[in-house]
Amino acid sequence: MDILSMTALELGRKIKAKEITVKEAVEACLKQIDKVEDKVNSFVTIDREKAFNRAEEVQRGIEDGTYTGPLAGVPVAIKDNMCTKGMLTTCSSRILENFNPTYTAEAVLNLEKAGAVIIGKTNMDEFAMGSTTETSYYGETKNPWNLEHVPGGSSGGSCAAVAAMEVPYALGSDTGGSIRQPSSYCGVVGIKPTYGTVSRYGLIAYGSSLDQIGPIARDVSDCAAILETIASHDVKDSTSMERTDTDFTSVLVNDVKGMRIGIPQDYFSEGLDPEVAEPILEAAKVLEEAGASVERFDLGLVTYAIPAYYVIASAEASSNLARFDGVKYGYRTADYEELHGMYKKTRSEGFGPEVKRRIMLGSFVLSSGYYDAYYLKALKTKALIKKAFDQAFTKYDMILAPAAPTTAPKLGSSLSDPLKMYLGDIYTISVNLAGLPGISIPVGRDSKGLPVGMQLIGDCFQEKKLFRAAYTYECLTQKKWISDYDKTQTAGKEEA
Amino acid sequence: MSKQYETVIGLEVHVELATKTKIFCSCSTEFGGAPNTHTCPVCTGMPGALPVLNRQVVEYAMAVGLAANCKITQVCKFDRKNYFYPDNPQNYQISQLYLPIARDGYVEIEVGDTKKKVRIHEMHMEEDAGKLIHDEWEDCSLVDYNRSGVPLIEIVSEPDMRSAEEVIAYLEKLRMICQYLGASDCKLQEGSMRADVNLSVREVGSKEFGTRTEMKNLNSFKAISRAIEGERARQIELLEEGKKVIQETRRWDDNKEYSYAMRSKEDAQDYRYFPEPDLVPIVISDEWIENVKARQPELRTEKLERYKREYDIPQYDAEIITGSKKMADIFEATTAICGKPKKVSNWLMVETMRLLNENGQEPADIRFSPENLAKLINLADAGTINSSVAKEVFEKVFAEDVDPEKYVEENGLKTVNDEGALREIAAQVIAANPKAVEDYKGGKEKALGALVGQIMKAMKGKANPGMVNQMLRDMLK
Amino acid sequence: MANKISDETIEYVGILAKLELSEEEKEQAKSDMETMLDYIDTLNELDTEGIEPMSHVFPIHNVFREDTVENGDDHEAMLSNAPQQKEQSYKVPKTFA
Repeated sequence: MDILSMTALELGRKIKAKEITVKEAVEACLKQIDKVEDKVNSFVTIDREKAFNRAEEVQRGIEDGTYTGPLAGVPVAIKDNMCTKGMLTTCSSRILENFNPTYTAEAVLNLEKAGAVIIGKTNMDEFAMGSTTETSYYGETKNPWNLEHVPGGSSGGSCAAVAAMEVPYALGSDTGGSIRQPSSYCGVVGIKPTYGTVSRYGLIAYGSSLDQIGPIARDVSDCAAILETIASHDVKDSTSMERTDTDFTSVLVNDVKGMRIGIPQDYFSEGLDPEVAEPILEAAKVLEEAGASVERFDLGLVTYAIPAYYVIASAEASSNLARFDGVKYGYRTADYEELHGMYKKTRSEGFGPEVKRRIMLGSFVLSSGYYDAYYLKALKTKALIKKAFDQAFTKYDMILAPAAPTTAPKLGSSLSDPLKMYLGDIYTISVNLAGLPGISIPVGRDSKGLPVGMQLIGDCFQEKKLFRAAYTYECLTQKKWISDYDKTQTAGKEEA
Repeated sequence: MSKQYETVIGLEVHVELATKTKIFCSCSTEFGGAPNTHTCPVCTGMPGALPVLNRQVVEYAMAVGLAANCKITQVCKFDRKNYFYPDNPQNYQISQLYLPIARDGYVEIEVGDTKKKVRIHEMHMEEDAGKLIHDEWEDCSLVDYNRSGVPLIEIVSEPDMRSAEEVIAYLEKLRMICQYLGASDCKLQEGSMRADVNLSVREVGSKEFGTRTEMKNLNSFKAISRAIEGERARQIELLEEGKKVIQETRRWDDNKEYSYAMRSKEDAQDYRYFPEPDLVPIVISDEWIENVKARQPELRTEKLERYKREYDIPQYDAEIITGSKKMADIFEATTAICGKPKKVSNWLMVETMRLLNENGQEPADIRFSPENLAKLINLADAGTINSSVAKEVFEKVFAEDVDPEKYVEENGLKTVNDEGALREIAAQVIAANPKAVEDYKGGKEKALGALVGQIMKAMKGKANPGMVNQMLRDMLK
Repeated sequence: MANKISDETIEYVGILAKLELSEEEKEQAKSDMETMLDYIDTLNELDTEGIEPMSHVFPIHNVFREDTVENGDDHEAMLSNAPQQKEQSYKVPKTFA
């Protein structure tokens, strides 16, 4: 039985039916990791011993009826910005190189309660700042489809691990597109839920008002089941929402009749690679033929989302990352004179260039005399962007868009021009500003064979509509991309 | 000095609220405890930890705001104040800048015979910092986060005070309000009430304010008075020399009686406030405000009037007793048990105050229970113990809250009322002191006192002096 | 309208952010910040007159915790993460003279 080719739900079913043991599932993942990890580098930490111990525990739990959910016994990888008790949590930064959390993030706890087995922690852009997973202190992650390309970011390790079949699914986090863009680059399915759906407790904050945890998996059904598991109202997170509509798997039906889909013209203008536009518009046609109404419209304000985002996210980050100072945990510089010297040296050695860039920008826009001009202006822009979406959702059930303007760029081609890299987030960022849910699903490949993702954006709390449309698309195209798995491995083999 | 100067003072008062738990986590606020034992991921700034607001903090802040005649901000928010210092684990303090919980209030103070209003600019909620201890051995500092996250309200006054006396009266007034509301015990020595003094001087008659300085590290009323005098003198001296006062923060050293500038390149004092994204706004309905108002306990002025009316105790007594919420509570509870307000008041005003002063304590430190004070009063009243024994027993009640009935029983302190036994001793004393007997009979009243003393001594103090006196008079007729 | 960041500003922001930049990094930071601020200035094209700044997307409010003590017991594990500790406390360079 080819465990690796199974989705998380398929594997869960086999485990439940005692056709596969949890240990076998873990072994299969670790074997694949041994095979591809030195090429892909999806992980910062792999904890085999813990995984095997946990496999035994979960196996018993399944047998005695403790774990009855569909994900029981299925291995998972966790992005390294979610705290895991007793397992290193680094945010891919030197400053947390030795941080051993005393507690586990609520989202991860929810998975554990459902019988998940954590294999390890995945690589990411340092503190989730970046779009390529090249800013990690622990080396860049590579795109499993073509090792010369980036996997996207910041959840690049999680997406690459799923694409390279190292794990059936993973958790990522999304502040400005960090789940959807790498999902698109890696040909996997990833969803950023409505802000407040998944608890942020234990997620090491980047931009607190924008951060949201979400699943990354091989298909829509997996994503729905995982989100159903991790979504919870958490009293430890004041921004967590009480929702009663998180039974996402209940809407997985092949039916989009009567659904109103809007395509923002302003997303399909200059800057969008035609090789990306084409498969997405093709996908729109598939949905239209299945009974959805598809219409073009003007969303507006598109170009203002990125500057507003960088003000808000950097400002919050400059404050959120102040706690990394060499006092309570993590790295402290070896030689220092006095207190402030210790702070400065520790932080300068502990943070990488992109993180420093954003902390500097964030500190500046909040500094005396600039708050109104930058921060307040950005918050007002955010209000306008939210309003534009509100208007669109009076007419449409969802917005259909690209996840990124191009397919995965080559390694090393992005970091030299930060602004250009930031512009790559143009289709994802406004979704975070407005707190909306957005899903990215694979719809094709470009001429180089790199995956293209389509993004569906819903109104707040409308994940169900997104799951239904995405599921319908998947059914109608018979998950064409599944057959591409071989290519993934070939990419690995060719390099070997 | 030819010119006349006026001192202009505004205060920033920090009051620790009497909640059981911290402002943003469920750790205990109990004072003391081994270093870092009252901590969790939230109050030590662990990555990924998030704050959740303690409802009681809002209730107390509203109560103090209302008692100080403030307007409650019905949509209020928290902001982050960003600065690096190791006692502040997140390197930002969650506080309120843009929409503080209360604004535009005042309290009335009295200095001598003059009443005046001190206006309150605003009042906000925030978290306290941890404690830094200097380690002499290694010349380093050690951080204890037990106090980190203890809820504070900061009360910012307008620059309405003109003297140290007014400042002390204002602080006393705030302290009284907070204590009466049960919002804080306001103990200066434990740091649960702290004041930063903003002070400037100007020529009398001038309408403009001078440049002010802010003084920190003032932990007693005496230190505050001295710091005000010291800073006033320093600023006047500067102006007299034709120099300028620099707007800065200064640290008062009460031993040297001098303040030092706390200037450093690294303290930019640019706090980059922005709305705290991890907390949601607080919306306070009219109903909630009415609710807090309705639960507002009787404050000092009302209580004072009621005591005079209801218990028929003099103004002076009522003032001292209502001068502390704790004292007033004990007074009422004890009176309710024994029904003797004047006696209760005497014990509190004389013996209790004496012992508090001797121990350097405040009324808030009183540990004895109303039950035991009432028992003591009843024992003394019934003549079961005499007054000097009662004082002795009270010291035990004050120190250890002993049950006076048991204590008197166990230590055999009951007054001896057995006439036969007394008469025997009296006869012995009369026989042994012919000179004193002679003197008394010769008309020297004083001599009787000496004889009473002898008898009391022989009885180890347990006799009823009145009874002894009467008995002697009878026997020497 | 191009933004100009002075040496003093970069120095000052370094103090606020507690980052120590090399000369080369400072030059890079200046030019990066100028580029970003120019870009951010495009927001000025938007008329935001009368728009309420939006910090929270959803109108949730009054999320409270009751005042009940629940002391956890992981302070030792937390402290074990400290780069330096002494006497159950976090050890730092001296903070006052």
